[in-house]
Amino acid sequence: MLLKPRVEQKIIQVILYLFTSIAVLVLIFILVVILKNGLPQLSWKFLTKNPADMGREGGIFSTIVATIFLTFIAILIATPLGVGTAIYLTEYTVEGRLTKIIRFGAECLAGIPSIIFGLFGFILFVNKLKLGWSILSGGLTLAFMVLPTIIRTSEEAIKSVPQAYRLVSFSLGSTRWQAITRVVLPSAVPGIVTGVILSIGRSIGETAAVIFTAGSALRMPTSIFSSSRSMSVHFYILAKEGISMSKAYGTAAVLVIAILIINLITYYLMEKYIKMKS
Amino acid sequence: MLERAIEVQNLSHYYGRQRSLKSINLEIYRHEVLGIIGPAKSGKSTFLTCLNRMNDLIANSRIEGKILVDGQDIYGPGVDVVALRRRLGIVFATPIPLPMSIYENVVYGVRLLGKNNRKELDHLVEDSLEKAGLWAEVKDRLQTSALKLSGGQQQRLCLARVLALKPDYILLDEPTSGLDPISTMKIEESLRLLKKDYTIVLVTNNTKQAARIADRTAFFLMGELIEIGETQVIFTRPADKRTEAYLEGKFG
Repeated sequence: MLLKPRVEQKIIQVILYLFTSIAVLVLIFILVVILKNGLPQLSWKFLTKNPADMGREGGIFSTIVATIFLTFIAILIATPLGVGTAIYLTEYTVEGRLTKIIRFGAECLAGIPSIIFGLFGFILFVNKLKLGWSILSGGLTLAFMVLPTIIRTSEEAIKSVPQAYRLVSFSLGSTRWQAITRVVLPSAVPGIVTGVILSIGRSIGETAAVIFTAGSALRMPTSIFSSSRSMSVHFYILAKEGISMSKAYGTAAVLVIAILIINLITYYLMEKYIKMKS
Repeated sequence: MLERAIEVQNLSHYYGRQRSLKSINLEIYRHEVLGIIGPAKSGKSTFLTCLNRMNDLIANSRIEGKILVDGQDIYGPGVDVVALRRRLGIVFATPIPLPMSIYENVVYGVRLLGKNNRKELDHLVEDSLEKAGLWAEVKDRLQTSALKLSGGQQQRLCLARVLALKPDYILLDEPTSGLDPISTMKIEESLRLLKKDYTIVLVTNNTKQAARIADRTAFFLMGELIEIGETQVIFTRPADKRTEAYLEGKFG
């Protein structure tokens, strides 16, 4: 059956509108459920007191600290590695078989389930390198997990910097490295930061890779060699072991709000940065 | 006047297998403006980028022959290409301001050398913009983004940026091809003033521009140098029929 183009146009518009609405509705639904159950749990005490009685009582302070340290280590390691790889791939190699293999490898790495990273981290960092269940093992594992994301987004950001900028820089007597640091990277910063933020979000929310490598000790971590429990692992254990659903929802709400705040702050800073540049 | 500054000997250039310049021989004298005219794809721009090795950056680009700048073979071993490009500054056809302030655009090349003395830089900015005929228009907003300037202003900024390098040579690749007549006039005015201090090679698709500014003019056609000589002679009594035909607008 052939439809009139105008009718077809209308129908497609409605269908696409529905699809979009479903995507947005799912997000809203999740947020509402988490916040409705979690917000009543939130209080200053919940954020600043350490968990007691396996998490039935007290707050989640030690898990917040552990999460921050894990994420910090992951980003601290993955960002220079990822951005460096992206610079090498885009600026120092001619597109060929080798770069294709490296890129394909990075993409495969991105597709590996996080629990496999957990297993890998457990074998390499916890056992082989004798780092034990620790924030360091967990952070390193997370770093490898988010590395492909940072490589990919940085690469896209660097590639989108006009070739003409590089030419101009060379014509004014710059070396390749000077062109990269003075023109290419400053222009690519928004894209690179987007990748880093995405990675922060994934690190904060990651459970499987962390439980294998950082462990699940509820104590306050005292150094990067302490075993500790991140917020998402805490949530998982509270819910799975049926310790306290209300505390689990409270933890989930903090997780969601934290990621929301990080995104908002970043977007605000990016807007300012882009305005400043143009 | 007739001191040889650049000598091009038997220069051929290839993009992959395609030969884009065919055995070019010519000399460029110190403090002259050499105009290079010819239809599109005649090798004018390629020739220009061979002079400061910008063509190195294009994949599959290869040359044969020799280019001597101040007696030095610039394709010889041990040549510092980065330093060479500072001596032969280039202005491209499309104005490409870097995404930073007007001030930072002008001092970009100098900062690369680690010069950061505020006073010296301030002075350099004023001097370079003055020579490029842009100072009066931008002196009150040096810290605003260069991307906000008009096309004509941007091109004069690009010229100022090259002048700030204190080069010996200025290479211009159809610098006014995208500009309105008034901007074009302003650039030409600057060039006329600059030629007493610099050696200028001006590639242009506008024959009248060559007639207005160039001391000597070279005519390129399909990668060959057809003829070169005093601008007046080229335009009034060209030796080659093809030059005459091009100047009369029969092709190109």
